[in-house]
Amino acid sequence: MIPASFEYSSPSTLAEAIALLQQHGSDAKILAGGQSLIPLMKLRMAAPKHIIDINRIGDLSYIRESDGYLTIGALTRESDVDGSSLIRDKYPIIHDTAAVIADPLVRNMATVGGNLAHADPANDHPATMLALGAEIVATGPGGSRTIAIGDFFTGIFTTSLHEDEILTEIRIPAPVAGSGGAYLKVERKVGDFATAGVAAHVVLDGNKIKSAGIGLTNVGPMPIKATGAEQSLIGKDANDAAIDEAAKLAAEESDPAEDLRGSIDYKRSLVRVLTARALRLAIGRAKGGH
Amino acid sequence: MKISVNVNGTAREADVEPRLLLVHFIREDLNMTGTHIGCDTTSCGACTVLLDGKPVKSCTVFAVMANGRDVMTVEGLEKDGKLDPIQDGFHQEHGLQCGFCTPGMMLTGFSLLKNNASPSEADIRWAISGNLCRCTGYVNIVKSIQHAAQAQKPAQ
Repeated sequence: MIPASFEYSSPSTLAEAIALLQQHGSDAKILAGGQSLIPLMKLRMAAPKHIIDINRIGDLSYIRESDGYLTIGALTRESDVDGSSLIRDKYPIIHDTAAVIADPLVRNMATVGGNLAHADPANDHPATMLALGAEIVATGPGGSRTIAIGDFFTGIFTTSLHEDEILTEIRIPAPVAGSGGAYLKVERKVGDFATAGVAAHVVLDGNKIKSAGIGLTNVGPMPIKATGAEQSLIGKDANDAAIDEAAKLAAEESDPAEDLRGSIDYKRSLVRVLTARALRLAIGRAKGGH
Repeated sequence: MKISVNVNGTAREADVEPRLLLVHFIREDLNMTGTHIGCDTTSCGACTVLLDGKPVKSCTVFAVMANGRDVMTVEGLEKDGKLDPIQDGFHQEHGLQCGFCTPGMMLTGFSLLKNNASPSEADIRWAISGNLCRCTGYVNIVKSIQHAAQAQKPAQ
């Protein structure tokens, strides 16, 4: 399959890339890893007139901790996240997520920024970032601004990024004492989109839940933050009753569509089971387990 | 757009349309047909090549993205008439049936062994999870990669 023709630019600085966005407006599309965009272009579901390839911008790929945040550069490949010992040891929920995105070959190209900016409700990072309360850094002609992840997704394949902005960094609050998280996904086979996925993050004080974040993958037109389930956990002891109640609420908050991967009831049931399992794993990790 | 791609150690120059996929550049501009086109939808891995040493699906990379970078195809495995241990492994362990997935499987296996000289069976199965064999010959593919790992171990 051959994509429609397009003009191509590969700027070497962020400023050049933003200038090109200003020049071409909605005709332009950013190319990062290309693992979602190129298939869409081959199917002619996307036919941007101008491609701005940001792969040659040097300083957009990093994983580091600073000022109480884990910061991930937008061009960081999923395989670099998957292979990062900092992520594996300190942010296992992000390791869980990167390790189940597509397949190892796709992960060598695919980027964290692209996974979020593409805003496909079937993508995996959105649920995890919702659970973790991440922030998105968007850079445009006037400089950078920070967008709370809860305000980032505005519809299917749409975000609150302006036409002349580029997602440049993801910021995740460093874990406080007693925190733990996990991401679980059911897929028919490696490389398929999630039938359903659940990210859970908790902060414990002893056995009491101080705060909770729950994000859902591919069970609605947008990534879902299961706020009812989150609220139900706060102040409760981390026990089966609390977990089961939150899992039930998360299933109610999901809004899946029937497709080849399953019926609505099946997917809601998956959300319930995965939420309970992810919470148990998150609580176990918060208590020092793995 | 003029590009120069280092393919198997040789700079290859061409004037290409930006929409040209890397796999078409390799097969049709360079006439190197060892890289296969299977699903053409980022699923099967028949088109796997190494881009700067990492296995990627060349049906999902534009040739212009490889400008100035290193590409290794299956044709680059053999050196001076001698098979690479990964090729020998597939030969010895009958790691292919129809052979369509084999170039991709070998390049993914080659890349795995560069990073992990003694992979477990689980490591191997994980590494090739983006390469599909429609003959379902995975048992011998795993054995072939194990054979290559064994052959590359320094003598005790």
